[in-house]
Amino acid sequence: MSKQYETVIGLEVHVELATRTKIFCGCSTAFGGAPNTHTCPVCTGMPGSLPVLNKRVVELALAVGLATNCQINQYCKFDRKNYFYPDNPQNYQISQLYLPICHDGGVEIETPEGGKKTVGIHEIHMEEDAGKLIHDDWEDCSLVDFNRSGVPLIEIVSEPDMRSAEEVIAYLDKLRLIIQYLGASDCKLQEGSMRADVNLSVREVGTKEFGTRTEMKNLNSFKAIARAIEGEKARQIDLIEAGKPVIQETRRWDDTKEYSYAMRSKEDAQDYRYFPDPDLVPVIISDEMIEDIKSHQPEFRDEKMARYIEEFSLPAYDADILTGTKKLADIFEATTAICHNPKKVSNWLMVETMRLLKDREMDADKIRFSPEHLAALIQMTEEGTINSSVAKEVFEHVFDEDVDPQAYVEEHGLKMDNDSDALTSTIEEIVAANPQSVADYKAGKKKAVGFLVGQTMKATQGKANPAMINKILTEILDKM
Amino acid sequence: MANIISDETIEYVGILAKLELSAEEKEAAKSDMGRMLDYIDKLNELDTSGVEPMSHVFPVHNVFREDVVTNGDDRENMLANAPEERDGQYQVPKTVE
Amino acid sequence: MDILKCTAVELGRKIKDKELTAVEATQAVLDRIDSVENTVHAYVTVDREGALKKAAEIQKKIDDGELTGPLAGVPVAIKDNMCTEGMLTTCSSKILYNFVPTFTAEAVKNLEAAGAVIIGKTNMDEFAMGSTTETSAYGVTRNPWNPEHVPGGSSGGSCAAVAAGECFYALGSDTGGSIRQPSSFCGVTGIKPTYGTVSRYGLIAYGSSLDQIGPVAKDVTDCATILEIIASHDLKDSTSVERETNFTDALVDDVKGMRIGIPRDYLGEGLDPEVKEAILAAAKVLEAKGAVVEEFDLSLVEYAIPAYYVIASAEASSNLSRFDGVKYGYRSEEYEGLHNMYKKSRSEGFGPEVKRRIMLGSFVLSSGYYDAYYLKALRTKALIKKAFDDAFAKYDVILGPASPYTAPKLGESLSDPIQMYLGDIYTISVNLAGLPGMTVPCGMDSKGLPIGLQLIGDCFKENNIIRAGYAFEQSREMMMPDMKGVE
Repeated sequence: MSKQYETVIGLEVHVELATRTKIFCGCSTAFGGAPNTHTCPVCTGMPGSLPVLNKRVVELALAVGLATNCQINQYCKFDRKNYFYPDNPQNYQISQLYLPICHDGGVEIETPEGGKKTVGIHEIHMEEDAGKLIHDDWEDCSLVDFNRSGVPLIEIVSEPDMRSAEEVIAYLDKLRLIIQYLGASDCKLQEGSMRADVNLSVREVGTKEFGTRTEMKNLNSFKAIARAIEGEKARQIDLIEAGKPVIQETRRWDDTKEYSYAMRSKEDAQDYRYFPDPDLVPVIISDEMIEDIKSHQPEFRDEKMARYIEEFSLPAYDADILTGTKKLADIFEATTAICHNPKKVSNWLMVETMRLLKDREMDADKIRFSPEHLAALIQMTEEGTINSSVAKEVFEHVFDEDVDPQAYVEEHGLKMDNDSDALTSTIEEIVAANPQSVADYKAGKKKAVGFLVGQTMKATQGKANPAMINKILTEILDKM
Repeated sequence: MANIISDETIEYVGILAKLELSAEEKEAAKSDMGRMLDYIDKLNELDTSGVEPMSHVFPVHNVFREDVVTNGDDRENMLANAPEERDGQYQVPKTVE
Repeated sequence: MDILKCTAVELGRKIKDKELTAVEATQAVLDRIDSVENTVHAYVTVDREGALKKAAEIQKKIDDGELTGPLAGVPVAIKDNMCTEGMLTTCSSKILYNFVPTFTAEAVKNLEAAGAVIIGKTNMDEFAMGSTTETSAYGVTRNPWNPEHVPGGSSGGSCAAVAAGECFYALGSDTGGSIRQPSSFCGVTGIKPTYGTVSRYGLIAYGSSLDQIGPVAKDVTDCATILEIIASHDLKDSTSVERETNFTDALVDDVKGMRIGIPRDYLGEGLDPEVKEAILAAAKVLEAKGAVVEEFDLSLVEYAIPAYYVIASAEASSNLSRFDGVKYGYRSEEYEGLHNMYKKSRSEGFGPEVKRRIMLGSFVLSSGYYDAYYLKALRTKALIKKAFDDAFAKYDVILGPASPYTAPKLGESLSDPIQMYLGDIYTISVNLAGLPGMTVPCGMDSKGLPIGLQLIGDCFKENNIIRAGYAFEQSREMMMPDMKGVE
């Protein structure tokens, strides 16, 4: 390829807000209800129904805006976006065009080159989600479920500041962590609580003006996003190289075929006839409200990492992993608060917990065990009540069923045996039963001790205190 | 008539409004809309520069709901109105090829 | 005496005084419907069994002292654009030919709580778009004063039903004059309250920023009493306002010192001389009772109609997009694919006037025209509001006609839409400014058709127009058509 091209990428990120009810009605937002069981006249567009705004949606949108350094439109309004589609019950979506709640913000990301850069946020607006369409190939029809219709969304529109898939992922990860830390959403791409549409254009390196961009939808994993960006970049470059024009259009990414398809149809004119929704009144956001939300902002990831390194003198690597999901950080802090042993807590989370998460194919935020139980387990190992191999075994049960380790150890009789007389006699028997090893030891083969220790462990079903075995054993041998 | 509405315009508005007009209806719509727009153009006699567009007559604002679930399941009653219904859902022509 | 001549409040008192029962009153109305409905056709739906059953229940509650309100047991008719749970609600449109709401409009709920007996749903212009009730998909309603003439619209069914004694009072809705103009044509009294006074929850929207539900009845006392019952601050309607709703206190025959202004703009070209004469005579009556009456220039009157048709059509094009054959109502028999289903269902389901306004509304909002038409109209609305604010700085009540003419003959109006729209010139600006307006009968023309006086008040000042209307009313006999030849 003779010419050098650069990709210019902007993102439209939709995030489902973690409210109990929908944005304009008292229907539950809970997942997994039978089709249309979480619906009412408002979210199914019944004639005569009217929307009333959920206050929590404004608070969460505001919190995200402030956490992403946005300006706030203290006078904002809702507009109707008019288009016909069966998952859109009123055939207009209530959104914000003219006066979105937040604008002109940005977040800092690490670039693949290791530097830092700011990705600008053009605006954040509140809107309602659409229903779900299930396609029935046998009956050649589609079925509409309005349970998701009216679930509150914020759309975070970035500036075209990203230049590579890596930067896009870094930006999305940054948003995900900020929003998760706020508790504003769980931000799961797979489950659709976070969705990203990619606006992408290419231009020759050095040129100032942007090329024609396309918008890509249906990207539901970080991998898909990366592949779609590479695919679309290549497609546009091929067109340009072939002297063909790039058409401004919306394209649907098919991740299995790894190709995007134009979503054009003469029936959707893309003319949304936005106008202020006369059924809703303006939202006026007071300075007090802004201050109140600011004062309730949580400690975000970067601050947390710094604090972990400083306060608990954890290695940066550990701090990075522990703060990688809010759940892990929460468990770390809660457990440490109980057992005051950040090092050990960090180890259990970094090693055993990570291993089991991988083994059980779980996300960290699905962790069920309580900090109390992990703290108890750590206490028991520290006090020498159980040895490390037993501890690992017990932890598996703590991890899977959140069992109380104390009770578990009791009823399975896994306590470490610290009765030295009993242990001494056992060892004497073993020594007596293994003259060869004794001879080897006397002959200077110190590692023969290892065999005898092993035998003792076997005899005590691993309950004996290894340190104690060594001590007694060497005493006995040296007396001989 | 100052406003001449073309066939393309009527066609386009038909797509936006999801209305399919017969040939006669199209002709009627063209002249109706043209006449209405001529009449509406009377507004251009008014100097409205510096006047804020008024969507609500009163300065009512911040009407909110608390985030509390108030609705139960009324699916059967609502679906009873659906022209075509299957498995508790609204049936429509296939939306994807 | 003929109980059908009673006002709603008189009937309520008789029921309370055990002179007759709610069931008898309901039966009387149903009998009246049997005798005149073939001619008048005020109703889309009459719920005989339901009404009689309800009447019996209510009578029991009255006997048990559970219901003591002024309208307990009084039969009412509801305009067919208000949702009634379990009862067909069509907006007089084919597209809702089989729609049965799952909930009841808040205003109707308030009536039910007060012991109203719902007789049925009244005919209207399709989706309230029209001034004659001729655009209904279920046939025209005729004027009880002369069946050759229209009852006006869009609440023509409600007004005709009250005039013909097919109910004791009714609810209508008013987006551009749809209560006041048919009240004028049918010789009944109707109020369009200040925007936000009566909840719109359950009112199937035409122009959301203009729609208001209001009472239609035989006199001002009834209207004030009904309005007091249906007005409420409803948390389900974001545009509902919290306000003083004691309207019956204003029922006093005293207008001494009341400042009344008559816009010269309302008396000019296009106004039928007989109507003008009756309006000025009514003004004289109030003046004689001590009101200070003078003429003034309101200005901007001719800009209200174009602004209205931009705003109302734009809102309607969006409000009516939900009627698509997916969730309820009419779906075309034959179609190929989704978009063709949409187009066929809507094109077959909507009538010409509704399509005309949806097309216009979609156009004025489409890209490139929004500022020139929609925003321009909203700016004009602001100027019109300002003009009224200035007027109400000088006057307590603005007095004028409700319509430039009396009820036209059937079929005369629809031929020329713009001519029909011009008929709303005195009523439309009241909706744009969100003001309360009332029509009170004030005479007859030489054709024997009623003439209506319109009284307009400042926002939330219903009591001024109620007082003026009540005082004027004391000077006249109640008019009811003797429907000879019909019965």
